[in-house]
Amino acid sequence: MTAVTILYYLLSAYVAFIIIWNLIKSKKWQEELLYIIIVIPFILRILRLK
Amino acid sequence: MTANQAHLIRKTIFISLGLLMTFFAGISFHQSRHIKEPVVLSSGVKTSRTLGQYFSGIKGTINDSNVYILEGERPGGTFLVLGGTHPEEPAGRLAAWIFAENAVLEQGRLLVILSANRSGSTATRLGGAYPPDYTIPTSWGGQKFRMGDRWSNPLDQWPDPEVYIHYPSGQELAYVDIRNLNRTFPGRPNGTLTEKTSYAITQLIRKEDVDVVIDLHEAELQYPVISTIVAHQKGQDLAAMASMMISGTEGFQIGMENSPPELRGLSHREIGDHTNAIPLLLESPEPMLDACRGKTGRQLLLEGKDEFLVKANQHGLLFEKIDQKGWPIEKRVGRHTSTILQISELWTADHPGKAVIITGIPRYSDVIKNGVGAYLHDPNKASPDQLKWE
Repeated sequence: MTAVTILYYLLSAYVAFIIIWNLIKSKKWQEELLYIIIVIPFILRILRLK
Repeated sequence: MTANQAHLIRKTIFISLGLLMTFFAGISFHQSRHIKEPVVLSSGVKTSRTLGQYFSGIKGTINDSNVYILEGERPGGTFLVLGGTHPEEPAGRLAAWIFAENAVLEQGRLLVILSANRSGSTATRLGGAYPPDYTIPTSWGGQKFRMGDRWSNPLDQWPDPEVYIHYPSGQELAYVDIRNLNRTFPGRPNGTLTEKTSYAITQLIRKEDVDVVIDLHEAELQYPVISTIVAHQKGQDLAAMASMMISGTEGFQIGMENSPPELRGLSHREIGDHTNAIPLLLESPEPMLDACRGKTGRQLLLEGKDEFLVKANQHGLLFEKIDQKGWPIEKRVGRHTSTILQISELWTADHPGKAVIITGIPRYSDVIKNGVGAYLHDPNKASPDQLKWE
């Protein structure tokens, strides 16, 4: 795995963290649902499943 | 119940649903990436190697693919058949499978690779709604294959650059094609996984002194390079003769096209320029690759029937005809087996000292009559030394 690839995994983890943080802070159900849906691909990539 | 409690309960339900979706999607992706495909080797296979034995830089990676070497009693020339350069074009892999499981050589050598880009066989096209796998029916049940993609799996090579600069020409190509095995020839020993894979294949061609390389593909009906043999200038005579012989004797039409000198990275260009081998690339029609197709699934992949493509054909929008009978996998695979046999027969007639005489392989009419599954053997009845996994 190259250094650039490792950096991209770290970036993915950071973005996933930000999305989850926004999910926790959010008060609107539409936003919560949106955050849940968009964080899934990031989690699958970080876990090296997709 | 307070507003805060209701909020907490809602959030818990959403997160639980999200975790469930992640879990089931993850299982599905993991399973489709790890489907094991059996190969029951023909008695003609004398040696099995891997690409890593030709270039150590790829040893132990997902693309350290198997190379099956079939050898005749008498010495002669050497052919290499590449299946799975683009794994989402299954007729190419299946035709190569038929050679690995059935071919016996009387003279010369035949090298067969079933998963030239094994990484590409472990993912499907992003947004393409492709099935993760497909099954070829056989008398003993059926054999499941990974659907695959045109490009290496991003889990094995990521990220892509803004622009892909081909080595060594320096030509700028689409960013995603840095993961396209048929845009990275002749390869680079210190490059990406896909470039290293191309380099390993190029090294194999040099070290095994391969005379003819046949790269098996499929194409969408909206693409002009279809139902044809694409030939490097070194192989124009051979391809033209094969095209004429096939059109006259095999029951189907196939054209011949010259490899464009200005389009870099393709097997039919770079293998010809960088090795002594003659590279030929075969294209058969695959309706599932067309952008204007309808419902995408296993049925379309294997039967090749699509009403939208029939309509497009009626409006003269396609480069290959299609009707209600479609383009079933038997026709597509049979085209490849017959074309390879014709090329080997013509090569042998022209080069008696470097003959490659292949027996045991069904021609176009045989594959249509008996089905692809008739030429796949039951792995449960195979001896351990006959059984390999892709």
